Amino acid sequence: MANLQSSFLGIKSPNPFWLASAPPTDKKINVLRAFEAGWGGVVWKTLGSQVKNVSSRYSTLDYNGQKVMGFNNIELISDRPLEINLKEIREVVREFPDRAMIVSLMADNDRKSWHEMVKKTEDTGAHGIELNFGCPHGMVERGMGASVGQDPEIAKMVVEWVMEVAKIPVITKLTPNVHSVVPAAQAVIAGGTNGLSLINTIQSVTGIDLDTLVPNPNVGGKSVFGGYCGPAVKPIALKFLTTLSQDKIAKQVPISGIGGISTWRDAVEFMLLGSSNVQVCTSAMHYGFRIVRDMCDGLSNWMDEKGYKTIDEFVGLSVQNVTRWEELDINYHIIANIDQDKCIHCGLCYIACEDTSHQSINIERGNPYNKYTIKEEECVGCNLCKIVCPVNDCITMEEHRKAPEYLNWIEFQKRGLPLNDH
Amino acid sequence: MGIKNNRLSTEELVANFSDIHPPFEHAEGAILEANRCINCYDAPCTKSCPTSIDVPLFIKQISSGNIKGSARTIFSSNIMGGGCSKVCPVEKLCEGACVYNLREEEPISIAKLQRYSTGIAIHEKWKLFERKPSNGKKVAVVGAGPAGLACAHALSLQGIDVTIFEKEEKGGGLMTYGVAAYKVTPQSCKEEVDYITSIGGIDIQYKKELGKDITLAELQKKYNAVFLGIGVGVARELSIPGEDLEGVEDAISFIYNLRTNDYSKISVGDKVAVIGMGMTAIDAATQSKRLGAKEVTMIYRRTENEKPCTDVELDLAKLDGCSFIWLAAPKEIIGENGKAKKLICTKMKLGEPDASGRRAPVDTGETFTMDVDMVIKAAGQIPFEELVAKSELKNNGGKISITKSAETNLKGVFAGGDAVNGGKEVVDAVQAGKDAAKGILTYLGIK
Repeated sequence: MANLQSSFLGIKSPNPFWLASAPPTDKKINVLRAFEAGWGGVVWKTLGSQVKNVSSRYSTLDYNGQKVMGFNNIELISDRPLEINLKEIREVVREFPDRAMIVSLMADNDRKSWHEMVKKTEDTGAHGIELNFGCPHGMVERGMGASVGQDPEIAKMVVEWVMEVAKIPVITKLTPNVHSVVPAAQAVIAGGTNGLSLINTIQSVTGIDLDTLVPNPNVGGKSVFGGYCGPAVKPIALKFLTTLSQDKIAKQVPISGIGGISTWRDAVEFMLLGSSNVQVCTSAMHYGFRIVRDMCDGLSNWMDEKGYKTIDEFVGLSVQNVTRWEELDINYHIIANIDQDKCIHCGLCYIACEDTSHQSINIERGNPYNKYTIKEEECVGCNLCKIVCPVNDCITMEEHRKAPEYLNWIEFQKRGLPLNDH
Repeated sequence: MGIKNNRLSTEELVANFSDIHPPFEHAEGAILEANRCINCYDAPCTKSCPTSIDVPLFIKQISSGNIKGSARTIFSSNIMGGGCSKVCPVEKLCEGACVYNLREEEPISIAKLQRYSTGIAIHEKWKLFERKPSNGKKVAVVGAGPAGLACAHALSLQGIDVTIFEKEEKGGGLMTYGVAAYKVTPQSCKEEVDYITSIGGIDIQYKKELGKDITLAELQKKYNAVFLGIGVGVARELSIPGEDLEGVEDAISFIYNLRTNDYSKISVGDKVAVIGMGMTAIDAATQSKRLGAKEVTMIYRRTENEKPCTDVELDLAKLDGCSFIWLAAPKEIIGENGKAKKLICTKMKLGEPDASGRRAPVDTGETFTMDVDMVIKAAGQIPFEELVAKSELKNNGGKISITKSAETNLKGVFAGGDAVNGGKEVVDAVQAGKDAAKGILTYLGIK
């Protein structure tokens, strides 16, 4: 049986699933419920200056009847009195000593404020601190959140202030609202951060009410850019994560992966690309804390199946499989094949290929069912037909190498080989 | 007890004859089902629809919240899309072709989704079509059934002034008079006819029967073209002794009476035998049961494999508590004081395939007798042979012969629907009406 124990910067938790700093971790009552449900740890919702929230606060991107593909919020950091938060954190740590308690902080932009916040946090017995340099709305206008994370110099300075007094591990949470997270990561590592976490939310407009013409969420007839998260952002998060895992400096510190993680599969993908644990929010906000049950169970089964005894054994294994385009093997060639026994004749492969790709599928009209076959000589192996096919393993991509040896683009150019004639 | 009416209370009758098609209670349900549809290309469902409704498109339009567009998609192919979504044997048409069947999964509920969009459109009286200004051409349509209405609507759309002559008091044809009331309620039939004619340019003259109140020659003279959508008429005789006994009725008039009178006034027996296994036989059997008949037995000369009705229809009869005798044909009805008392049947077996491709029933010589007090004949309908012949229309046993453009041997006289095909589905009649309208427009040099 796989061991799901996680140790992030020495902070232990029974599993690698933490709840991210967000509304679900704002109060003792929520966090207790989360721990009872089985979560390994929480990052308590950001503490900092006093704020006032508005109503409404959330909006979503729904797709073909599936709700919450993406989730957007304009909620600020915790709007509860600091003393109450600190008291509750202390109580929860005492009640659940085996779970990880990280506290997210966003102090005013001066050294003294940060020092005070760090000290007060440490007094609660919390195990770690996460610096919120990523919140893209509300706090930015006050020179906090993403406006810190977007400027490596400022980010480094704040980390330095924190590290002057911090006695517990410090994780810096990065914003994705930049063209690359690497400069900020390198800067905060230079400033002394012990670990990184990413991504925070992405600035967004999720949609507009077509009757009122006001974008969502509607606050008295107006809206603002919010922070976008949920399943839709996972691919973006994985990309940013990979850039850190591949960077010589950034990869020296552990990374906590965040961004659209809903299932154990998502979690495994983050860990394969280098995150030591993961943080979850949107999925819990959609279905409640009970989702952790399948996350643990699914992860454990997968690890058993693959023969991994601990999480460390597979963290980062896929990083090496993400290369630069010019290093891809040009001689690798695949061609689609349609299993006629499995085909249900929906024609989706045909119309997708015919209208939008390479006209590589034959159609033989029948009544009512057409027959579809691949024109092998035309197929470029793009995957589109396989992607749109509703039947698992009906369309498979079969290997037909152009030549046995590995050949990349640089070598291809050197040899002056002919380009595609499509 | 014998044949009598008023077997059930008003409440029971209302319950038994209410619409059996459950609607989607909420938009969410329709959208959920719409999103199951994978939007096939050159979709088998569309190809299996006699009117070629673009099913993936109208379903996608439900999913995107464009209900008006969805209804227009349906009605532009099938103006009786509302009624068809209730009476079509979809299990052998669109839903039967749904690719989900090939994955052993439930097909998309196409009919239910179609009811959703069309139901809203009819209820809200959405004006989805604008007729062109009148071009002065006049066409007479005989019969306000599915073929006639579809033809009239398509013609009016192009600016033709249409007059429909209908022998009954209401439009809808067999939808109104010949289908089980729990499939299409009288109310929904009326709403559908009103909705179709709301486009304008269609005048329905009721209680005008061809051959009685009007003649074809007269119509030919007064109108630029004529469409005959007169349907089929009389029930086929069994041609067995005892057919004229009291208690022997044909399914067509039984259902007609039921659709034109208060249910409490319709008489039904204790022990009813229904001869036949087509859709009309099912409608007669189930409605006998729903009127309060104690025992209803359906008798068919072949086996379940050859039955003309669909499995869904058969299940309906089973659920209503009807029983079935396969491989039996009526031989004689024995009476007592002029009333039907016993039905003698011959046991059959299957022989070689006949012209229909199905194995033909062969008389074994063995018989059995059953107690009955009512026999309903539902062995098919025969065309208006005499009427057709009198009008000098070329025909085949009463079925009017037409060209590819739906024209008869008489210049400017077109025909379609059951009058031509001898009796098919409503949806086939609608397509025939559309085809004829196309032929008429070409004939009149329009478009």
